[in-house]
Amino acid sequence: MRRLTPYLLALPGWMWLAIFLVVPMAAMASVSLQTGNAIDGFAMTFSFSNYGDALSTYSTQLLRSLLYGGLATVAMLLIGYPVAYWIAFRGGRRKSMYLFLLLLPFFVSFVLRTISWNFLLADNGILFGTLKDWGLLPEGFHVLATTFAVVGGLTYNFLPFMILPIYVALERVDPRVVEAAQDLYATRAAAFRRVVLPLSLPGVFAGVLMTFVPATADPVNAQILGGTSNTMIGNIIQTEYLTNLDYPTASALSFTLMAILLVGIFVYAKALGTENVLEAAAR
Amino acid sequence: MRTRGRLGDRLLHAYTWLIIAWLSSPIAVMILFGFNDKQSKSNTTWQGFTLRWYAELFDVSDLTVALRNSLVIALVSTVITVVIGTMLGLALGRHRFRGSGATNFLVFAAISTPELVMGASLLSLFVSGNVPRDANTIIVAHVLFSLSFVVVTVRARVVGLDPSLEEAARDLGASAWGTFRQVTLPSILPGVLAGAMLSFALSIDDYVVTSFVNGSTVTFPLWIVGAVKTGIPPQVNVMGTLIFGIGVLIAIANAVAARRRA
Repeated sequence: MRRLTPYLLALPGWMWLAIFLVVPMAAMASVSLQTGNAIDGFAMTFSFSNYGDALSTYSTQLLRSLLYGGLATVAMLLIGYPVAYWIAFRGGRRKSMYLFLLLLPFFVSFVLRTISWNFLLADNGILFGTLKDWGLLPEGFHVLATTFAVVGGLTYNFLPFMILPIYVALERVDPRVVEAAQDLYATRAAAFRRVVLPLSLPGVFAGVLMTFVPATADPVNAQILGGTSNTMIGNIIQTEYLTNLDYPTASALSFTLMAILLVGIFVYAKALGTENVLEAAAR
Repeated sequence: MRTRGRLGDRLLHAYTWLIIAWLSSPIAVMILFGFNDKQSKSNTTWQGFTLRWYAELFDVSDLTVALRNSLVIALVSTVITVVIGTMLGLALGRHRFRGSGATNFLVFAAISTPELVMGASLLSLFVSGNVPRDANTIIVAHVLFSLSFVVVTVRARVVGLDPSLEEAARDLGASAWGTFRQVTLPSILPGVLAGAMLSFALSIDDYVVTSFVNGSTVTFPLWIVGAVKTGIPPQVNVMGTLIFGIGVLIAIANAVAARRRA
């Protein structure tokens, strides 16, 4: 009986993951090779050309998603690293207060936050409308429906996921190591570049992982802030599944997106060890 | 040298506050426009202070239904997630068993799968199996994406737990269940509660996965996105403000309680 305990404990959770994570992937792989339509039904024809067709039609949106996800990730790294650094080394007894303030947006729904930006940045809204009335901005000035709005929205929405893992890595750096470097006549810049930065890299890796994947696959920011010319792959997949009911094309696109992202993730996870990634993800 | 360091620190301090202000600005706008005494259809310019939307909070009937759906779904999926997630976290944290490596991998895969792919693949399964989409399929999906977070937080507590405590309880004649209830559970409880709060928050917030598996059931985030084109009623701001307020209060109470324990 005691030897069975771990299996019995693990069984329900394991089955949930197997039935609703693994089996659906197989179902999606199968649907992506079928042909047919929503009315007459779909049949398995091993139609690998679904992938070619889907990719040639939507390569722009796929590449755009990777580009926007990448741009947002770089922006988050540049914006977030100094914040994580300051809190870790100079936050003192108020560290948890600063972290709490950074997490404040998570108490508001993701879509509501994004809609709030749509509202703030509206062409004649409270911000730009007022500035235009004062003559400080030209009438035609707008931010919504631009690349900047979408990348900015992604950067805004996922920034805390970049800051936290970097903070965790920096917080573990012993200040005496930095002092030792300075005692050995390293300048502040050199001490940072040769001691602090390398020690924080696991946090940077985890942060990139936790932001690039959701940012690239996010349909919400493009839908609410991007207008019609900034459609990302997430919007296409949603439309194909839910409006056009073209399940094979939608599945082929989802599968391709997942393959691209998973290859990226596992290259990272190998470099780090999955336990570390999980640890960072759990915080 | 020293003064430059201090100046740099000051600049970084100001910069940190600037980022906090940036992150909080849409929340401030959301709260403020819940008090806007708007006369026209659109809620875009400030027209004076009112508490009207708080009094008429439940006057938009499909919005109220959507919020109620979200709360019920969050509650049910949290209960399921916490029970099976705690069990799995105990198994993985305490025991080495055949398949534990593969299970750890599944837990990791569930965290790292993009929401979009998770929703799309679940819909593929439901379409292939002719499963009608409703609140039940939403609950299935929400348990799936919350499960790993409970497993990870519980597992971390279990790993940090001294096994000799449980052995001592056994030596003193406690049954397996008694040991679990009186020794193991109290020590992993903070992890379980953290996981529960996280599950609830993830569930009530989710738009992407839900949009694939909802059928004709509408949740709070889905309703809001659907209403963007026609204009968001101020009641949404009020509900967002109340959820925000309750969440912050719980977090602060939690932090105070943790400090008192320490």
